[in-house]
Amino acid sequence: MSKVQLSNVTKTYPNGAEAVRGVDMEVESGEFIVFVGPSGCGKSTLLRMVAGLESVTDGQIQIDDRLINDVSPADRDVAMVFQNYALYPHMTVHGNMSYGLKNRGMPKQEINAKVVEAAKMLKIEDFLDRQPNQLSGGQRQRVAMGRAIVREPKVFLFDEPLSNLDAKLRVQMRIEIKRLQRRMNVTSIYVTHDQTEAMTLADRLAVINEGKIEQMGAPIELYNNPATLFVASFIGSPQINLLPAMFDGQYLSSGDLKLEGFVDLPQSKELVLGIRPDELRLSDDGQFPMRVDIVEQHGSDNLIYGAILGAEQESDEETEFCFKTSQDMLPELESNLTLGFDVDRALVFHKDTGERLR
Amino acid sequence: MKRVQFEHSAIPYLFVAPQIVIIVIFFLWPAAQAIYQSFLLEDAWGLSSQFVWFRNYADTILSESWLQAAGFTLVFSTLVTFLSLSLALLLAVKANEVIRGASTYKTTLMWAYAIAPPVAGLMGNLMFNPLIGDLYKFFNAIGWDFNHKLDSFDAGFVVVLISVWKQVSVNFIFFLSGLQGIPKSVNEASMMDCRSPTRRFWTITFPLLAPTTFFLMVINITYAFFETFGIIDTTTRGAPGGATNTLVFKVFQDGFRGADLGGSSAQSVVLMLIVLALTVVQFRFIERKVHY
Ligand SMILES: Nc1ncnc2c1ncn2[C@@H]1O[C@H](COP(=O)(O)OP(=O)(O)OP(=O)(O)O)[C@@H](O)[C@H]1O
Ligand SMILES: [Mg+2]
Repeated sequence: MSKVQLSNVTKTYPNGAEAVRGVDMEVESGEFIVFVGPSGCGKSTLLRMVAGLESVTDGQIQIDDRLINDVSPADRDVAMVFQNYALYPHMTVHGNMSYGLKNRGMPKQEINAKVVEAAKMLKIEDFLDRQPNQLSGGQRQRVAMGRAIVREPKVFLFDEPLSNLDAKLRVQMRIEIKRLQRRMNVTSIYVTHDQTEAMTLADRLAVINEGKIEQMGAPIELYNNPATLFVASFIGSPQINLLPAMFDGQYLSSGDLKLEGFVDLPQSKELVLGIRPDELRLSDDGQFPMRVDIVEQHGSDNLIYGAILGAEQESDEETEFCFKTSQDMLPELESNLTLGFDVDRALVFHKDTGERLR
Repeated sequence: MKRVQFEHSAIPYLFVAPQIVIIVIFFLWPAAQAIYQSFLLEDAWGLSSQFVWFRNYADTILSESWLQAAGFTLVFSTLVTFLSLSLALLLAVKANEVIRGASTYKTTLMWAYAIAPPVAGLMGNLMFNPLIGDLYKFFNAIGWDFNHKLDSFDAGFVVVLISVWKQVSVNFIFFLSGLQGIPKSVNEASMMDCRSPTRRFWTITFPLLAPTTFFLMVINITYAFFETFGIIDTTTRGAPGGATNTLVFKVFQDGFRGADLGGSSAQSVVLMLIVLALTVVQFRFIERKVHY
């Protein structure tokens, strides 16, 4: 049970790359924090600074009010699970799991008990004598988890631990990680670019963009109330539908479309209207005429992609919307639908600053 | 159980034929010649020879000079192998840590690789020349009564030094690439598991380099046995009094300088057996421990 505190943490690599630019964050005891963001936004760098594998250019990192900027990785009492597992290839599973404890001078019997217990928890007790190259990807992943668990660290760090697994195993491990974390109640920081992992695992989600935290909060809060255009378009799958628009005091207009019901928006500024795919519905007096391009059947629901006719176009391409509906809705390709939305649920952003206006 | 039989054709044999011809002409034939010669005793003018069974073996192997050479070879190859491996490993580990100017550093260390053993020997000769040799003067200046022409320890020192220097660069290249083959994340994981860098080296890095080390050990022993011939021939030539004779150099000395073909052949055969035994030991007992 430990707090992690980052204050104004900054990382500039020797080649001048500014990977992290002033991050402030407080992670509560036992909390599960997930970092998401596009590739290259600095998630891994931030995590590795907490691990001690990357030096801190500026700012402070504290665990339980102890400044750890210059503490060596082994002395920070954190454990990390790597994307490629990073198992020691010349040691058995037992050796891999016990290595960290042995180096900390724990008595052999105690180590053994801990390893066996963790192995049982992860269902790898039958493989303890095998070497990593005799295990499947999923089993290696479990060993990597086991190596972290036996240490009973103050903080767990995960850097995309599931991204090398197939889809089914990923879901299984995701649930298992959540269960383990609940059971052990260890403060955890988890890096991923997987939407579902981020939404389902996190107590709180930090959306990172260009080395800064764009917004932090409960996943559902970020989904419903994104603070910026970036967060709105990053969180949610399928992605939020975006429409370039202008407000003239009466209508929010986009190309030939005139949308009613919007008030209190800045006039003659470029705006962006955002509507989640599941907020759209079929309605004869709806606001959007759509030409169906693609229908994806996902089982319980269908995703219908199509061009919004008459909408303002960004560059040459027509503005595409995604409409999430039930499995029995199967329109012909090239047919036209009319879609409506609830003005109260629509999001409006400032195009240039990305700031949310309503 | 019935085996699947493929139709026989001559083509596979045709393909392996060149290889077999090469092995026969350059390896089996000379070996057979050596074995045959080792049983013969030639008269002083090389006009007639006589079959003498194992007399050549008894004469040479039991001779004091052969035993001396065998002893020196043992010490010499152990020292050369051990020193050049450990020095190269140390340099490779340090070079691997360098970030700035790494390539200059590495290239400099690899240079000696391009030098042939006899040339290395000649360079050593210059450096240890009593009149102009800097190292010769240096050792004498620091109070070591150094004279490799007279003192057998000093002579041994010279050949070991040159042989090690010549071999370090090869080992360095292999160790460096071995080190770079260790995944970065494995090193990082070990940094989180173990505080002490020394302990990390011996528990993670060194075991992961074991296949490289084993391979290099075989290469280095072979080098110390055979290739150092060029170095010895251009420096001490076995002097003083045969103190720096390796077995290979002695075969050459007795056969070509001493014109004792039978004795020299007998020595070669024994040398072959020693190498065979060494190879078996290496692969049977050591290799088993290094692969993971
Ligand atoms: N060792 C390094 N030296 C220089 N620049 C680096 C180094 N590591 C990362 N960077 C740069 O820092 C930025 C952040 O990298 P980081 O690895 O943290 O991204 P990430 O968010 O984890 O991306 P991904 O999702 O692709 O893993 C990138 O622009 C990257 O090019
Ligand atoms: Mg990353």
